[in-house]
This record gives sequence, C-alpha cells and structure tokens, in this order.
Amino acid sequence: MMDNLDILIAIIVMSLANFATRLFPFLFFVSREPPAFIIFVEKTFPPIIMTILIFYSLKHINLNVVPYGFSEISAVIVTVLIHLGLKNYLVSIISGTLFYMMMVQYVF
Amino acid sequence: MLHRRELYTAFRVSIPVMMGYVIIGFAFGLLFVSYDYAWYLATLMSIFVYAGALQYLAIGMINAKVGFFDLAIASLMVNLRQAFYGLSVLRKFNASGLFKPYLIFALTDETYALLTSVPEKQGLSAKHYYFYLSILNQSYWVIGTTLGALSGGIIAFDTAGLEFSLTALFIVLAIEQYKKINSYLPFIIGAVAATVAYSLLPMNRMLVSAIGISLLLMFMLKRQIEGQSGAINDG
Repeated sequence: MMDNLDILIAIIVMSLANFATRLFPFLFFVSREPPAFIIFVEKTFPPIIMTILIFYSLKHINLNVVPYGFSEISAVIVTVLIHLGLKNYLVSIISGTLFYMMMVQYVF
Repeated sequence: MLHRRELYTAFRVSIPVMMGYVIIGFAFGLLFVSYDYAWYLATLMSIFVYAGALQYLAIGMINAKVGFFDLAIASLMVNLRQAFYGLSVLRKFNASGLFKPYLIFALTDETYALLTSVPEKQGLSAKHYYFYLSILNQSYWVIGTTLGALSGGIIAFDTAGLEFSLTALFIVLAIEQYKKINSYLPFIIGAVAATVAYSLLPMNRMLVSAIGISLLLMFMLKRQIEGQSGAINDG
C-alpha cells in the first residue's frame, strides 16, 4: 500500500514516462520530407498493429476448455460478415457486440 | 469558432470507442477503489496518465509499493508500442499547431486506430477534427473511471461481453485498412506475430513481444509488401 502522496507521485512518474513514449518519434523526426522508411512504416504498420490488437483483445480465450472459444470466434465471424455486407462500421460493431453478449450471457 | 461540423463528425466516429472506454474505465475505477484508495486518485490517473493497460498494471505496482524508478521503467516498456504509433501519424499532426502536444499525449491504441483508418471528410479542418476526436475519447475514459470509482460496487448490472466492442472496432478497422493497402501480408505478419507471442512468450509481455516480432518481419518482408501493394495500385 502507498499513501495518497506516494500515489500522486506515482501518477506523475507514470504520466511523464507515458508522454515520453508518445513524444519520442516527434522529437527525432521533425523534417518536413520524411525518409522513405517512415512512409513505409506509416502505410504498413497500422494494418499489422490492428491485427495484433484483435488477437490481444481476445487473449483471455481458453481454447482447451468448453466452449473452446466458440463465442469469440463466432462473434468475430458475425462482425466480419455484417461489415462486408452492410459496410457501416457502427452497425457492425454494435451487432457484433450484442451477439457476443448474448452468447456469453445466455448460451454458454 | 467552435467548428461544430468537426465536433459532430468526431462524435459520430468516436461512438464505438465510447462504449468500450466507458465500460473498461468503469471497471478500472471499480477495481482501484476496491483496494481502499481515494476515488479521485483514479480520476487523476485517467486524466494525466491515460493509458489503459498501464493503469491496470499500476494498481498491482501501487499495492506492492514498488519504487518510482521501477514504475518509470515499467511504464516506458508497457507503452513502447505507442512510440511506433507516433511514427505513422507524424505527417498528419504536422500542421496541428497548438493542438499538437495534446494530440501526442492522447494518442491511445483506439484513438490511433480511428485516426489512421476512418477516411477523413473533405472540407473539414483536420486539426480540429483530430482534437475533438482525441478529447472526446479521453472524456469517455475519465467519465467511466470516475463513475466506477464513485459507485464502488453499489451498482450491479450485467455488462458481461460488452468488452467485445473494442475487438469489433479493431476488426472493422482492419477491414478498412485492407481496402487502403491492397496487400494481405501485413495481416499475416500481425497474426503470426500475435500467435508466436501468445504461445511462446510470457502473457504479460504479449503486446510488446508481438510488436517486436512484427517489426522484425515487416522489415524482412519490406520488398514483398511494397511489391504486392504496388502491383495492385499500378494495375
């Protein structure tokens, strides 16, 4: 346990460290014409990190016990299909989420 | 000079993040006060630190009374990935003027995802749109945290499964990214990196490990990725 003052200092330390990581690239690459490799990163990294975040947000799935991640995998498929069909990202997210909530609250 | 159209567009785009942030922030606030810490400390943390994974991790470190140096190192490591986020929005933020420091501070996973994936409307002031989107997202996080910290277990309702809204957001954004880049290699790299990190490396390091592996693969396969997206763009 820390007391309130310690926690306040902890918050300051974390906020500085956090801002430092977010600030880092802006300090080192200030030129108007970015090098070709930055353009490559700018284009390629977003889809990579998006895929990683999908997996990361589902890391609590246990594939070894019933229902073997069935709720998550089917909710992912439902979300993809609805988005490909209707192309409206709010509709896709809301219906995917409602489907998943139904699965975890009523089915399994 | 309120730029209402920018505010309205930013609000619409931010709705999925609102659902996710209010719930996850609420859970954070609830967890924080369950260790008998003052509620306003949770709110302050969400205002000044504003990093989901780090804040959850911080509860454990505060309980264990770790030193401030360890706390700083842990914070840098957990948020390392965000250094790479900045790299890919450098040019977007270049003309943001006075908003730029806040835009950099508020660059979370979800805000980054929206900024890089949702096509921007013509005729809007980009910097105001970025600013509204960023501050709306943070306000959801702060409101969720505060409500959770204040309610302290008084309210009970079944929100099980609501956290899938963040997964669904990432899925939709990945599909939109595919339409832009026309190459499936980045998605395979992401999936391989995440699977390797998930199965072979410690769980609490999954995100950082996956990013490290993916960067390695990305630079190794640079020629193939550029060839693929280039070929389709030319044809």
